[in-house]
Amino acid sequence: MAGADVAISTAGAQAARERRLRPYLLFIWPALIVCSAVIIFPWLFTVWMSLHDFHIGSPMTFIGLENYKQLAGNRRFLESIGHTFYFTVLSVALPMVLGTLAALVFHKKFRGRGFYRTLFIMPMMATPVAVSLIWTMMFHPQLGVLNYLLSLVGLPPSQWVYAPGTVIPSLALVEVWLWTPFCMIIVLGGLASLPSEPYEAALIDGANQWQMFWNITFPLVAPFLVVALIIRTIDALKAFETIWVICNGGPGTSSETLNVYLYNQAFAYNQVGTASAVVVVFFAIIVALSLVLLWARQKAAWN
Amino acid sequence: MSRMPSDRSLPRRRLLQGAAALGGLAAPMLNTVTSFAQGGAFDWKRFKGQQVEVLMETGPRAELMKKYKNEFKDLTGIELGIEVIPEQQARQKVAIELNSGKPSFDLFNFAFHVQKRQFEKGGWLLDITSWLKDPQMMPAEYELDDVSKLGMSFATTSDGKVNALPILCDYFIVYYNKELLAKKNVAVPKTLDELMTAAAAINDPAAGISGFVGRGVRNANVVLWTQLLSGWGQETIKGTKLITDTPDAIASGEYYKKLLGSYGPQGIAGFNWNEAQGLFMQGKAAFWIDATGFAAPVEDKTKSRVAGKVGYALPPAGPKGHGSVTFGTGMSIPKAAKSKEAAYLTMLWMTGPKMAGRMIQVGGGIPFRTRPLKDPAVLSGLTIPREWAECAAGCAPISMSGLPVIVPVTEFRDVIGTALTNMLVGGDPATELKRATAEFQPVIDKSEQT
Repeated sequence: MAGADVAISTAGAQAARERRLRPYLLFIWPALIVCSAVIIFPWLFTVWMSLHDFHIGSPMTFIGLENYKQLAGNRRFLESIGHTFYFTVLSVALPMVLGTLAALVFHKKFRGRGFYRTLFIMPMMATPVAVSLIWTMMFHPQLGVLNYLLSLVGLPPSQWVYAPGTVIPSLALVEVWLWTPFCMIIVLGGLASLPSEPYEAALIDGANQWQMFWNITFPLVAPFLVVALIIRTIDALKAFETIWVICNGGPGTSSETLNVYLYNQAFAYNQVGTASAVVVVFFAIIVALSLVLLWARQKAAWN
Repeated sequence: MSRMPSDRSLPRRRLLQGAAALGGLAAPMLNTVTSFAQGGAFDWKRFKGQQVEVLMETGPRAELMKKYKNEFKDLTGIELGIEVIPEQQARQKVAIELNSGKPSFDLFNFAFHVQKRQFEKGGWLLDITSWLKDPQMMPAEYELDDVSKLGMSFATTSDGKVNALPILCDYFIVYYNKELLAKKNVAVPKTLDELMTAAAAINDPAAGISGFVGRGVRNANVVLWTQLLSGWGQETIKGTKLITDTPDAIASGEYYKKLLGSYGPQGIAGFNWNEAQGLFMQGKAAFWIDATGFAAPVEDKTKSRVAGKVGYALPPAGPKGHGSVTFGTGMSIPKAAKSKEAAYLTMLWMTGPKMAGRMIQVGGGIPFRTRPLKDPAVLSGLTIPREWAECAAGCAPISMSGLPVIVPVTEFRDVIGTALTNMLVGGDPATELKRATAEFQPVIDKSEQT
C-alpha cells in the first residue's frame, strides 16, 4: 500500500513538473521554425529536386533515381570525387604538419615572438578571393614571380596551375599558405594548456627532447590536433573560391572538385535536378567522413 | 531580320491595328505591348516621371551609361537605376529572376550567344516588334535601318518576332606586335598557313618570346577554335546535329593544337584571354587572336609595353573559307517588367547611334551599326588607333556566328573546350573531338525535345 502511495506521488510530481514546464515548451517553437525553414526544408526540397529532371526554363518531371544512376556512370563526376579527395588530403595534411611545427616554434620564448606570430597569422585574415587573384598572377608561367624565384636558384620553371599534372598541388599550396596559421593557433592553444608536471618528471628521469615530444607533448596535444583536423577537413572539402578563381576547375577538368562540378551543373548548365543529386551524394560523403573523424576524436580524448 | 523599319507601309498598318486595339478587338494580336499609334509624333518625354531599373554586366558599356545617365534624365524625365554586376553572376541572376516571374529589373543586357535561346524558350522577353514600326515609339534619329542584318537576326526569334535590340558586337581579329614582326622581317599573314609559318619564325622560347598566344583554357578556348574552324568554311552545328567531328573540324583541331602547342607559351592549356592579354601586353607574344574589345587595355600606355606598336588585322583565311566569328550582346525587357514603355525608351537611348559613337571612342566595343564607324566626328575623338576601327569595319562583311544558338551553350563550351585543352596536353584531335561530340549530342537532343 505504501509502495503504491509512493508510486502515485512520484507520478503526481512528474505530472506537476510537466504542467509547470508546458508553457516553456512554447519557447522551443521559434528555434524549431527557424531550423525547419533554413535547414530541414531546404534539405528535403533538395532531395525532392534530385528525383526530378529539373532544368531552369523547362517543366519539371519526376524521374525517380535516374539522376543518381547517371551520376554513377558519369566519368566527369567520378573524377571530381577523386580530385576532391586528392585536394583535401594535401590541403589538410600539409597545413597540419607545418602548423604544428610552427606552433612548437612559437611556443618557445624568444625576442620578437609576438611580432613574428602576428606576421605569421596574417594570411588567415585575407579574403580568399583576393588572395586567389594574387596567386593567379604569381602562378603565370611567363610573367609570374614564382617561376622567377625558381630561376634564381637554378630550377626549371613550373607550369603551376596551367598544367593538369601540377594544378592540384599548386592549388593546395595556396590553401597551405592560407590555413597553416589556423592550425598553428589551435595547436598553440593546446600547448599553452599543457601541465608542466609530466615534463619535470621526465627531466628527472633523464628523458631527451624527442622523447618528451613523442611521449608527452604529442599525446597531450592530440585532441587539439583532431579538432584542427576536423575543421580543416570540412573546410578543404568545401573549398571553392580558390579553385574557381584561380583555374575554374581546369585545365580541362583536371582540378574540378565536387563543389566546382556541382556549381557548373547548377548555375552554368542550369541542371538543377542533377546538381541536387550531386549535393545529396556530397552530403553523404561529408557525413561519413565526419563520423570517422568524430570517432577519432573520442579515441584521442584525454582519459 | 525580315521586318525592316524602312518599310513605309507598315506604320499605317500598325495605326489601324492600334485603332482596333482601342475597341479591344485586336488585343490578342498585339500580344502584351500597348499600341501608341493614335496620332502625334515621337516624344522622349512621354513617360517622364517613371523609374527604370537596369541590370548591366561590368564593363565599359555600363560605365558609359552611368556617366551619361543624367543626360538621359534631362532628355526623358525618366529616372535610371543602374545595377552593375560581373558577367558570370549577372547571367545567373537574370536566368533565375526571369524564371521566377518577378524580375527586379525592367531592362537588362546579355550575350546573345549565351542566353538568347534560353530566354526565348522560356518566353520571358517582351515582344517589341510593333513598337519598332510605330513612329510614335521609334524616332528617326535611332536609325534602325543602320543596324546590321546580323545584329537584327540575333535579336529576332525563329518566328520573326523582335524581342531585343543589339547593342554591340565583338569580332575576332588578329593583334600583332609590329616590332617583333619587323625584327624577323615577317609580313602580316593573310592565310592560316602564313600565320603558322610566321609564328614559327618568331617563336623563340629561349628569349621568352612566343610566336602565338591565345585561349587554351576549357570553355573560353572554343571561340578561338571556331574562329580557326571558319577557315574550313564550317560552323559547329547543322540544325540540331553537331558537326564537330567532321574531317574539316579535325583538321582545324590539328591546326589549333600545332599553333598553340608548338608556338604558344608554356602552360597555354590554362590560358584564358587575361593571361594571353598579359603576355601580349608585355611584348612577349607576336600574334594574338581575340575579340576587338581588348584594344583599349592594349593601347593603354600606363599598363601596356606595346602601346602604339600594335597592328590590327583581319583573321587569316583558311583553305576553305574566311570568316570572323562574331559575338553580340543586346538589351531586352522582361515580359514581367513594371515600366515597360519607359524601359523601352531607355533601351533606345542605350543602343542608339549617339551612345554607340561614344562606345567606339573609348574602345568599349563595336556597335552593330556601320555609320558611327565612319562618322568623322566619332573617329576624330578616338582614343585608340584608327587602324583598329578600320579592321573592325572590315570584319563586318565576313562576320559569322561563333557559337551554336542552343540552350546548353555553356555545357557545349565546357565539353568541346575540354577536348581542345586535352589536345594541348597531348591528346589526339580526332579522338578528342569524336569523344566530345558523342558526349554532347545527347544533351542537344534532349534540350531540343523539351
